[in-house]
Amino acid sequence: MKGLSRDRLWSVLVLLPSVLLLAVFVYGFIGRTVAVSLTDWGNDPAQALALNPVIRPVGLANYQELFTGFLQVRFRQELVNTLFFTVFFIAGTLGLGLALALLLDRNPRGEGLWRTIFLFPMSLSFIVTGTIWRWMLQPQGGLNQFPAVLGLPPGRFEWLSSTASIWGLDWNRVPLLTAAVVALALGVVAWRAARAGNRTRTLVAGACALVLLGWAVFVGPNVQLLPAPEVHGFNLALVGIILAAVWQMSGYTMALYLAGLRGIPEELREAARVDGANEVGLYRHVVFPLLSPITLSAMIILGHISLKIFDLVYAMTGPDNTYTSVPALNMYLTSFRQNQFALGAAIGTILLILVAFVIVPYLASAFRREEGHA
Amino acid sequence: MTTTAPPVTTAPPAAVPHRPRPRRAGLYLLLALATLFFLLPVYLLLATAFKTPEAISLATTWQWPRDLNWASFREAWAKVGGNVGNSLLLAVSATALSAVLGSLNGYALSKWTFRGANTLFALMLFGMFIPYQAILIPLFQFIKGLGLYGSLGGLILAHVVYGLPITTLIFRNYYAEVPDALVEAATIDGAGFWGIYRRIILPLSVPAFVVVVIWEFTQIWNEFLFAATLTNTSSQPVTYALSQLAGGQAVSWNLPMAGAILAALPTLLVYVLLGRYFVRGLLAGSVKG
Repeated sequence: MKGLSRDRLWSVLVLLPSVLLLAVFVYGFIGRTVAVSLTDWGNDPAQALALNPVIRPVGLANYQELFTGFLQVRFRQELVNTLFFTVFFIAGTLGLGLALALLLDRNPRGEGLWRTIFLFPMSLSFIVTGTIWRWMLQPQGGLNQFPAVLGLPPGRFEWLSSTASIWGLDWNRVPLLTAAVVALALGVVAWRAARAGNRTRTLVAGACALVLLGWAVFVGPNVQLLPAPEVHGFNLALVGIILAAVWQMSGYTMALYLAGLRGIPEELREAARVDGANEVGLYRHVVFPLLSPITLSAMIILGHISLKIFDLVYAMTGPDNTYTSVPALNMYLTSFRQNQFALGAAIGTILLILVAFVIVPYLASAFRREEGHA
Repeated sequence: MTTTAPPVTTAPPAAVPHRPRPRRAGLYLLLALATLFFLLPVYLLLATAFKTPEAISLATTWQWPRDLNWASFREAWAKVGGNVGNSLLLAVSATALSAVLGSLNGYALSKWTFRGANTLFALMLFGMFIPYQAILIPLFQFIKGLGLYGSLGGLILAHVVYGLPITTLIFRNYYAEVPDALVEAATIDGAGFWGIYRRIILPLSVPAFVVVVIWEFTQIWNEFLFAATLTNTSSQPVTYALSQLAGGQAVSWNLPMAGAILAALPTLLVYVLLGRYFVRGLLAGSVKG
């Protein structure tokens, strides 16, 4: 037993450096970023790079500035950009990946070669992808010249330079809409809990939903973040960036889905066919439900990638195109080009919160399940 | 013509079952279309890189150059060759370090589990998903405080630390498949923590090392944010150099295209030669192995 405890000591000793490093580099640094975001470090340019800068705590002023300040309109457009980018990037990547996986699941000749072709963009950096696609999407060249090869007039779409946007939404209505959406989600939770017979959860979720709904109806319409309406929408120049991102990442979802499809036992399909399911029914009732856990984990991985993405945008439209910018890019520019460290830290913190919403429930559920099995 | 009756052709025996299967044709048509989408950018990349600057115009984007012009590559190499060297040094050393640490962590976490090991591991994994923007300012200060700002050393340190979650994950999941009975038998034979690692675990680890090395090498080679924040001109990796090369409006496009090829070649080679392991690392990145 003495030897065993010495071995245990070794295992702790082996883990210790990594645990300490990650404790400092992840949690310590996050804490420091949050702390910096609550100060005014760098808001006065003279103090930003001073040897002993005067740094004062300012509470949540930086966050307030980002969401309501006149000068930070760029950041609000970026939040909206991130939302649209995430939705279309995930939808496109999942759709194309699933389609490719379904094709390859039919065992065409040369399957390995097809797979290699669909996956190779994964090995490139976003910078390389962005450089290539930027040339593909030149206003008067590349894709727009493609119809000309077939003898048609060249296209006119302003892939990366468009300043037009659709589906505009007044920023002042964001709190109202957020409350309504969250209330709706809580309502669904309450309804499902009621059906499952969980009374406490029904009551809590239902009450929260009602409170939020009440807020949205009675208080929400009067909340004015900004003195004037400020419209943000889906900027059309993002289409090109989404296209390049889908090109790069759909091989990943293809690999995930293909692994999933190959994991479905043939007997299950046979059984469904014996029960009279046709091909469409087979996919709807047997195959797709079995793939839904893969879809969920792919959505989480892609979602956190898309919230963090910035090198692709940097390479495709440059750092200064405010129409296509994203918070992750803004954070880098604000902190390291303008030396507004506190404001940059606030943007970083907001990004972290967004990503944590996606990742923490995922990690928690993955490990709870594992712990249960072990 | 009609008089000469053709010889009675007996139908070839088993020709009937092989109908011209339209669905098969549809399958290959769709695959070909998808291939077009994935390979067109490559065609354009090569066509542009081989053109002379004068031959590049928006209207003739899609034409293949008459004569292959290799000068773009020479010129691009002169501009980013040093950065390729930086990337190589960075990726190799950071990959090696984080692979070794990850292997030891994975071994300790899978074969010497203790209460709360899974929670600890989940806390470590979180580091894989955080947006690095949320730690960038303190990281920058820390690296600067160590006197490593602007050198490859600081960048290597950052990549080793933030590579630990994924390397630990891959090794832990891999070692979980090694039967515990093997470890117990070795314990009874008197082998300890290090003995078991050296004689049982390490010899079995080659495939896991291959996955981790490919994955980390690719990630570090392709990384941009740390490269842009923690280095200066002498230590910039190739991704940053390429972004500078492509960002200037004055250069003609053959140069960034040639640069993109140089920057992409190492990871592309790794992928083509060892693709199977690359995919395995990819799937391991989705947490459950």
